[in-house]
Amino acid sequence: MTDATNVTDPTDTADPTRTAEATAAAGATTATGTLEYAYAVVREADAPHAALERVRGVAGEPVRAVRHLGLAVLAGPVPAADFDEGPLRERLEDLTWLEGVARAHQQVVDAAGADTCVIPVRMATVCRGEEGLRRLLASGRDRFATALDRLEGRVEWGVKVYAASAPAAEPSAEPSAASSGRDYLRRRSAQRRASEQRWEHTEEGARRVHETLAALAEGARLHPPQDVRLSGEADRNVLNAAYLIPHEESEAFAHRVGELAGLETALRLELTGPWAPYSFVAAEGNGRAEP
Amino acid sequence: MTTSTSPLAHRQIALVDLLDRLLAGGVVITGDVTLRIADVDLVRIDLRALISSVNENVPSPWDEPREPREPEEP
Repeated sequence: MTDATNVTDPTDTADPTRTAEATAAAGATTATGTLEYAYAVVREADAPHAALERVRGVAGEPVRAVRHLGLAVLAGPVPAADFDEGPLRERLEDLTWLEGVARAHQQVVDAAGADTCVIPVRMATVCRGEEGLRRLLASGRDRFATALDRLEGRVEWGVKVYAASAPAAEPSAEPSAASSGRDYLRRRSAQRRASEQRWEHTEEGARRVHETLAALAEGARLHPPQDVRLSGEADRNVLNAAYLIPHEESEAFAHRVGELAGLETALRLELTGPWAPYSFVAAEGNGRAEP
Repeated sequence: MTTSTSPLAHRQIALVDLLDRLLAGGVVITGDVTLRIADVDLVRIDLRALISSVNENVPSPWDEPREPREPEEP
């Protein structure tokens, strides 16, 4: 791979339709047809070197920084057999493959983000050639600069709240001759009320946790609660939130989560992080909706 | 009542936590890319359900309005 230069790429202004057609016609074997998987955007001055030497990308490829306009995109060449549109579409159906890509992507972002501010790129973003990477930087220049300023020195922490397992069902009264249909209905109704109350307490608890943590954070984003088929968790996930925290306040944040876990006895809390600020690359104010 | 506070580096990250961030977070690039994952019309129902569970309701504001797309022939 050649080093990228800061020379303005004349194809920046090329008609994209024509470029796409030319690429398609030439196939993925020409120099410009090389597929480049993009991991993250950093300031050019912060582009990591040593950190990238320690990791490999989603296709086992080396990852380097391609520089343009004061920014750099961390990217690596990937084979068209897996990453061109058609094959990629198929590969994404394969959970094992998807997991491998996700983990490799995260490791690159994590390595690069260890000592610099990174803007992670959405998974499976594949550009055509270094020209494509430079166009990516050029077209997103302003929003990348804004996001880098906003996220410098911040990390993301994930907090999930689960409803702690329901107590074992109360032993139902012995069926007896006296047990009437009315008794049965009354008992069922009491059980339903208890279950509804437990659920309300869980929701209230989750809201308290979120409000407390959001007040400590510069940003909060709610992901949809996790599907048990994916998480494998027996307990129901009621809050799946991400919080943007200044790096130096991480310890205090984690401590507060621990305290909340002790207070909210009906809940189970889980903390993950620190993550690169994946959930906060979007503009401010987004995703702040209350649960 | 339990918390797990160990840093990411010290344990395997749950795939579902990873997908929350990689499929619903990160910068969405429009235009000069081979494929946008939001456009992938997954054939396998289980995987589609799985991915939409992390993807839906959390559009990136940088994301362009999603164009209806013809399903591709395999």
